[in-house]
Amino acid sequence: MDGKPTSRPSPRTNAAAGVEHLSQADLRVETHQVVTAEGTVDEARVPDLADAQFRDLYRWLVLQRTFDERATKLQRRGQLGTYASGRGQEASIVGSAFALADDDWIFPAGREAAALLMHGVSMRDLLLYWRGVEDASRMEGANVFGVAIAIGSQMPMVTGKAWGMQLAGDDAVAVGYFGDGATSTGAFHEGVNFAGVLEVPAVFYCQNNQYAISLPFAEQTGADTVAQKALAYGVDGIRVDGNDVLAVYNAVSTARARAREGRPVLVESVTYRRGAHTTSDDPTRYREEEEVESWAARDPLDRYRTFLGHRDLLDGVDEVAVREEVDAMFDEAVAAADDYPLRDVDEIFVHLYEELTPELARQMEWYRDFLDDHPEMDEYVHQRERG
Amino acid sequence: MTMPRETIVQAVNDALHTEMAADDRTLVFGEDVARSGGVFRATDGLLEAFGEERVRDTPLSEIAIVGAAVGLATHGYRPVVEIQFSGFLPPAFDQLVSNASRIRWRTRGRLTAPMVVRTPYGAGVRALEHHSESLEAAYAHVPGLKVAIPSTPADAKGLLTSAIRDPDPVLFMEPKRVYRSFREEVPDGEHAVPLGEAAVRREGADVTVVSWGAMMHPTLEAVDELGVDAEVVDLRSISPLDRETLLASVRKTGRCVVVHEAAKSGGFGAEVAATVAEDALLYLEAPIRRVTGFDVPVPLLSMEDYYPPQPPRIAAAIEETAEF
Ligand SMILES: Cc1ncc(C[n+]2csc(CCOP(=O)(O)OP(=O)(O)O)c2C)c(N)n1
Ligand SMILES: [Mg+2]
Repeated sequence: MDGKPTSRPSPRTNAAAGVEHLSQADLRVETHQVVTAEGTVDEARVPDLADAQFRDLYRWLVLQRTFDERATKLQRRGQLGTYASGRGQEASIVGSAFALADDDWIFPAGREAAALLMHGVSMRDLLLYWRGVEDASRMEGANVFGVAIAIGSQMPMVTGKAWGMQLAGDDAVAVGYFGDGATSTGAFHEGVNFAGVLEVPAVFYCQNNQYAISLPFAEQTGADTVAQKALAYGVDGIRVDGNDVLAVYNAVSTARARAREGRPVLVESVTYRRGAHTTSDDPTRYREEEEVESWAARDPLDRYRTFLGHRDLLDGVDEVAVREEVDAMFDEAVAAADDYPLRDVDEIFVHLYEELTPELARQMEWYRDFLDDHPEMDEYVHQRERG
Repeated sequence: MTMPRETIVQAVNDALHTEMAADDRTLVFGEDVARSGGVFRATDGLLEAFGEERVRDTPLSEIAIVGAAVGLATHGYRPVVEIQFSGFLPPAFDQLVSNASRIRWRTRGRLTAPMVVRTPYGAGVRALEHHSESLEAAYAHVPGLKVAIPSTPADAKGLLTSAIRDPDPVLFMEPKRVYRSFREEVPDGEHAVPLGEAAVRREGADVTVVSWGAMMHPTLEAVDELGVDAEVVDLRSISPLDRETLLASVRKTGRCVVVHEAAKSGGFGAEVAATVAEDALLYLEAPIRRVTGFDVPVPLLSMEDYYPPQPPRIAAAIEETAEF
């Protein structure tokens, strides 16, 4: 033998006997629902909430919708930077946050205004964030991480935060919010996989709104669902109708309960982004109006109103009053944001390190002096307090 | 020959159309490049002109985009991929460093990666976090990777054309701050500007001012307003660097100011300064000065204006250097 194999058979073109392949076609992935699009209520699944809480959920849905509408208008008037609306995703946003506790950590992706407000962020700070004011990213008073503008980048941090919470013995979970697009990033795969190994209290909450800017979900992945991806990482998966706020509440409550026991869960909330990707996007370039309208017919607020009617709870909900209340909150938040003081140039230097490095201190001092000595800089440097 | 007047982003689009028509091995893919024509419309019309096989929207994965480009390139194709904003390129840094830049070297020339990664870079468009970075020095630091950064429409077309035809990987950084801010005549049809050749934008005797990309514009504005006889050098590609043009200019003027948007420490200005110090030190009559962004992340939009070099900062440095 000269160490050389003789020759290989010509490659076969059919499967060998007894070799089975795993196929997603064999998977049964249920989509949890409480209220169907047609308005049928599955009584056995209705969560055990007090009437006031059922009404409160509705208030939050209106708040998310109103916030999005008003923020979008503010952007059009040049008083806000680029804004990403959650229109169409209200149930998915509100139902998920309603299932969390104050001690949980939320990792936002950007569209979930009501979730952040419910978690304790002030409306003023949320507006300041969209005006590009660094201070607002402190998310003061709430366990809310900075917004993950780099899509998917938060996922391994969710795992790490959950790990820390477990080590510290906290009775709380870390919740990553993200979109269908984020599930294609390496950070998603690696972060969820690691959570599965560590068995930490992490909930990965995917709002599958069917698009990543112009890319429809069917082209984002060859997988039929996001939920099934959980299996590959050895974590649990839940798929839920994201336009059914009670179903979302059930799904995330369940995920949270499991996560607390060290079983990370990947939740796919199936919803639809009815608006543009952001205020700088033109969705007519990539999708048909009929499709958008078909989802408008599945409006999450309408669906929930049906449920409230079914329970005779609508009487206690004064639609006009709720809207007026939210509008007033928004007006107040805008006024507070307008009053936010202009910042000194130091703002761009501090907070990079605990202590300014000598070089950074030098740059800061130099710049302060330069700005003092060169009033013509005003022509080039505009502090855009209104976005 | 007709000379259409184009903006930088139109010139990029023009180069893509022209080169795809000239060579059917050329493929374009990336996030939102096909159906919607790119978030800046740089790839507008390519899908219609060349079809789905050659123009593709990809999943949201910079790693997959750049890594797949390397694979395709080793298989005889010419991928020209788009990374939507340079702030999202870092995950794919691994593919650039570990694969694209060294596959030729690793395989002793058997496999090569003729590919282009196009990406808009820099601040000034009032976008969200991670939409304003200028990390060109980090990429220029990678052996085996070329880095081109046009400042004008004609160069955008010419340099991109050369990048696409180049036998090695090229990172093509597009100054999105000036994507649409002005038009100029751009040669119709095929138009190549060689990589590694700087352009002297303005001749002068007293001080050499070196810049590239978006910062060429405040630099020229500053020079125009000053009474100083400055020579302005646009590097156009920072890797390979055109040492000859740079050194010839500094030997003539004896003074050098470098302007870039990126943070100062470890920025490409340091490479320019070191090159001058190594090979033209004895011609210098003044210390080399850098006018740059500060050593901090680019601020969010409310304070963004404070960050990059503005004409008064550039002018002050040129004046000090000229009068030294
Ligand atoms: C790593 C990265 N690549 C590209 C982008 C540009 N971008 C911003 S949002 C977006 C699509 C996100 O889609 P998805 O994750 O589904 O979230 P959605 O916007 O639909 O809520 C893209 C490509 C980005 N922000 N981050
Ligand atoms: Mg999406």
